[in-house]
This record gives sequence, C-alpha cells and structure tokens, in this order.
Amino acid sequence: MARAVTSRRKALNTTLAWLVGFLIFFPILWTILTSFKTEADAIANPPVFLFFDWTLENYEVVQERSNYMRFLWNSIFIAGGSTILGLLVAIPAAWSMAFVPSRRTKDILLWMLSTKMLPAVGVLYPIYLLCIQLGVLDNRYALVVILMLINLPIIVWMLYTYFREIPGEILEAARMDGASLKDELLYVLTPMAIPGIASTLLLNFILAWNEAFWTLNLTAVDAAPLTAFIASYSSPEGLFFAKLSAASTMAIAPILILGWFSQKQLVRGLTFGAVK
Amino acid sequence: MGRITLDKVEKSFGDVSVIPPLDLTINDGEFVVFVGPSGCGKSTLLRLIAGLEDVSGGVISIDGNDATRVPPAKRGLAMVFQSYALYPHMSVRKNIAFPMRMAGMDKAEQDRRIEGAAAALNLTDYLDRRPGQLSGGQRQRVAIGRAIVREPAAFLFDEPLSNLDAALRHGMRLEISELHERLKTTMIYVTHDQVEAMTMADKIVVLQAGVIEQVGSPLELYHSPQNLFVAGFIGSPKMNFFSGADAAEHDAHTIGIRPEHLTVSTTEGRWKGTVGVAEHLGSDTFIHVHPEGDPAATLTVRVGGEFVASHGDTVHISPLHADRIHRFDAEGLRI
Repeated sequence: MARAVTSRRKALNTTLAWLVGFLIFFPILWTILTSFKTEADAIANPPVFLFFDWTLENYEVVQERSNYMRFLWNSIFIAGGSTILGLLVAIPAAWSMAFVPSRRTKDILLWMLSTKMLPAVGVLYPIYLLCIQLGVLDNRYALVVILMLINLPIIVWMLYTYFREIPGEILEAARMDGASLKDELLYVLTPMAIPGIASTLLLNFILAWNEAFWTLNLTAVDAAPLTAFIASYSSPEGLFFAKLSAASTMAIAPILILGWFSQKQLVRGLTFGAVK
Repeated sequence: MGRITLDKVEKSFGDVSVIPPLDLTINDGEFVVFVGPSGCGKSTLLRLIAGLEDVSGGVISIDGNDATRVPPAKRGLAMVFQSYALYPHMSVRKNIAFPMRMAGMDKAEQDRRIEGAAAALNLTDYLDRRPGQLSGGQRQRVAIGRAIVREPAAFLFDEPLSNLDAALRHGMRLEISELHERLKTTMIYVTHDQVEAMTMADKIVVLQAGVIEQVGSPLELYHSPQNLFVAGFIGSPKMNFFSGADAAEHDAHTIGIRPEHLTVSTTEGRWKGTVGVAEHLGSDTFIHVHPEGDPAATLTVRVGGEFVASHGDTVHISPLHADRIHRFDAEGLRI
C-alpha cells in the first residue's frame, strides 16, 4: 500500500523544502543584492535588505578597471577544453571498463576515485615546479590539461555507470555487423549514451568553471579565468564589498544560467545509478 | 558458401572447462541445430563460431580458411540474438542498413536490398519507426532483416524465439524454415526447445556439458538414439526406461520405449498399474501410470484421443512392437 500523505503534511514538507532551498541560496542572493548597493550601504549595520538606493555604479567601475571579457573567455576555454579533452580520454576508458572488465577493473576504479581524496595542495609544489620547468605557467593549454586530469576520475566513473546500463549484446551485434572498434564507439555506443554523456559534460563543465585552487595558483594574467577576476577584488587596498559582489555576480552568472536551463540533465547525472 | 569446420575446438573460462576438445563439420547450406539443456555449452559454441569468444584451443575454419583469430566483423557471418539487439537510436531502415553501411556498400544497392528484405519480412510499413515502437515479433523480423541483407556465409541464431509467445513462436519458426529453403544459406541455430530442433533442422547436434552426444538428422535421433541422454532428451513426452528384470529379458542393462510405442488395455498386458494423471489433449491422450510394485515410478503412454481414463483406474500396458524397444548397456550406450 502506498504511504498516505495528508495535504497538511504535504504543505509542511513543501514549506520546509523551500526554507532549506532559500537558506542554501541566501549567500548568492545576498551577493547579488550587495552588487547593487553603494559601498556605504554594503557595510551598513544593521544590514539593509531591499530598501536601499539601487545603483549600477559598481558594475561600471568593475568594467572600467578590468577586462571582464578576457576572463570570461579564459574560463570558457579552460572549462570547455578540459571537459572535451576529458571526454575523449574517458569514453574509451569507460568503454573498456564496462564491456571488457578484467578482475582488476573494480580496483582501478576505486584507485582512480581515491586520487580525488588527496588534498590538492599536497601536489601543488610538484605541479607548480613542473609548470615552471616546462615554461607553461600562466598558460591556458596547461590548465586545460591539469583540470582535465583533476576531473578525469569523476568523468570516467559517471560514464562507466551509464555504459553499464547499455546491453552488451547490442555492441556484439555491431561487431557481427562488421563494425570496427571505432565504428562501434562512434555509431553505436556514443549515440546510445548521449543522455549520459550530456550530463557528464555539463557537470564537468561546472566543476571546471568553479575550480579555484589550480586556476588561482597557476595563472597570473594571460590565462586568468573568472576565479582570478573575483580574487583580484579582495585586495589589501581596503574593503570594497559592493564591487567584489558585482565581480562575483558577473562571474557566476553564466554558469548559473547554464545550470538553470539544464537542471533536469544535472539531477539525472548526479543520481544516475543510485536506484535499480 | 558457408562450410564451417571445428577441429579440436575447446573453451575454458579460467580453470573451468566449458567445452572439451570437439570436432564438428557443418556443410554448406545445412540447417544445423545445437540443442541441449541449459548450461550445456551450446550458446558458447555458437559464440566461438561467431568470434565473440576466443577459443582456448583448436581451429575454426570457414570455407577452408582458418578463421580462429579473425575478429567477428571479418568472418562474414550474421547473427540474430535472443534479445534482438537492435540499435534503439536508429530507425528500422537504418538498423537494416547498418551492416551494409559498415561494408561501405553503394547507397542505391543498400536501398534495393532494404526494400527487398522489408518486403520479404513484411516490414515495409515500419521502415521509419524505431525498434521501441515495434512488437516482439516485428523486432525479431528486423533482426533477421539486418542479417539477410549482408548475404552472409552463414546465419547464427542464438535462441531467437525464446522471448516470443507460443503463437508467434510457431509462426516465426515457419518463417525461418522458409527463409532457409529460399536462401539455401548455412544456418546454425541454438535452442533448448527440442520441438524447434526437430521441426527445423537438417542436422541436430545434441550437447551435454560441452560434449557432443550425437549428431544426426531429426529422425535418426528419434529412431536410433546413441545413448540414454539422447534417448531421454529427444521426444516428447519423454521415453520410458526400464531396468532390472525387464531389461535383462532383452539382454540389456536398460531398455527404453517411447510413449507412442506402448499400448493400454483394461484387461491384460505386460505391466499392471494405476492411472495417476490422464491428460486429454483431444487429438491424443497421455496417460501417466504408476506400475504395480513401484508406485514412485511413472510410465507415460500415448493413446488415441478417444481413450478415456481417470485417476485410480487399473490398466495394463504392453509394448506395441518388439523392434521399437531401444536397448542400452551398462554405460548407457545403444546396443
């Protein structure tokens, strides 16, 4: 028998869910509100919530002081590049783990995931030195490779769980039909896994977009993405909460909009394989 | 052409031997059925021929060429799977075209063959649908269509009808048999259903635990099974076996008599017993009798549909013809 849910209980649950949602969203909302305040209002005590003099002044200053478009382009380049490169490496890897597993496949998967448990700062020094030696500090291509490697375990894991859902007989049928390994991956597996690949792509793009540790440490000017753009406003010159907020809002806006339009795919991506 | 020979082919998974070394020749144009109980290795044998599994030893040759290390894509064989294994993201047309596309065939020739196959398999109206929009029988026909357009050296069928309901299964059985008559291409068909094996095969290969028990035409297997396993496996209902004094009378360790080669009388006969269950099918009646002195055993007799019996009746059973008694020695081999 299905659990009976009374309408009162339903209303209570809905209210609670909205409350939790609001709590999680509040810092972002506050940032956006602050970006429209004057610096004086931004640090007012008690804080003003909605009734202040709305101004676009902060955005003007931020635009004048730094080249937003260059940071934006770097972010797109690094996040997009690392995601696409990651998929190119992960699709064949996940294929072999899902369809021709060996006795050690599970161990390899766990070992890969365990690298994500390592604190990133633990390898900062070697990677930083490597970048200097190779002359690729503050280089967008280097960041593409590094972020790809950082997120690769997650991409492989997600694709692996998707591929596991595809019946192996269909791939065998393709092989019987004369498909080479390349044809099999290109014409059969990939089209069948499109929903899975799409949500993997999306999630990874967001992870790479938000990645701040490596992008801040390995860039200076040329390759600096939006994370560096925000960081440049928390300077020792003084407190500029409103301008910092304006910069932050501009940095998160693209990914927030992308996330809003693709939330269905994202939720599926995050919970896939959790049931069944 | 499609002559396939297996020479000492064996397969093991790790330390477990699934198929001990085995020899088999399949002639061009033959309809060969691999039959046996679940887990007897019949599907594995088919997958070895297909190339989807690697042999652990031995040589597989197709038309005289060693194909043992040739990948499945290059063996020139087509396979129909139990689960149909259609490409869900492609229309029926594209599914059927796929092997030709992989072979880089001319587009006009592709279309000609698709139209031909669709007409033969009654799929013309469904060419633009996706597999998900088709019934089980239609999906199986698409899978067959995808196999025939390639004009392969041989067709491999892996229990293709087991996902269909009884009525459809019968219809598809006839269609596949007719296809074979028309194409005259070698077909290898795996099933656990002996009715399919008996009705479709030119040659039946009975397998048990990876070992070939007997190879022969359906009637050869029916009339002269080489051992107890084949005797019990082929024929429905199962053959009745007698041992001890009954068998000693015929200088054998065990004797077997098929249900249709026994007769029932209410007054006199060789064995006396009581009726356990009588199955009235209309055309036939199967009477399951518990013989006197051994009530745990059951003898099955097939009689005409007009014979009426019910639980508890006393009946007498006798063999119909002395030459329809199969004799086996202590090893279970035919004498």
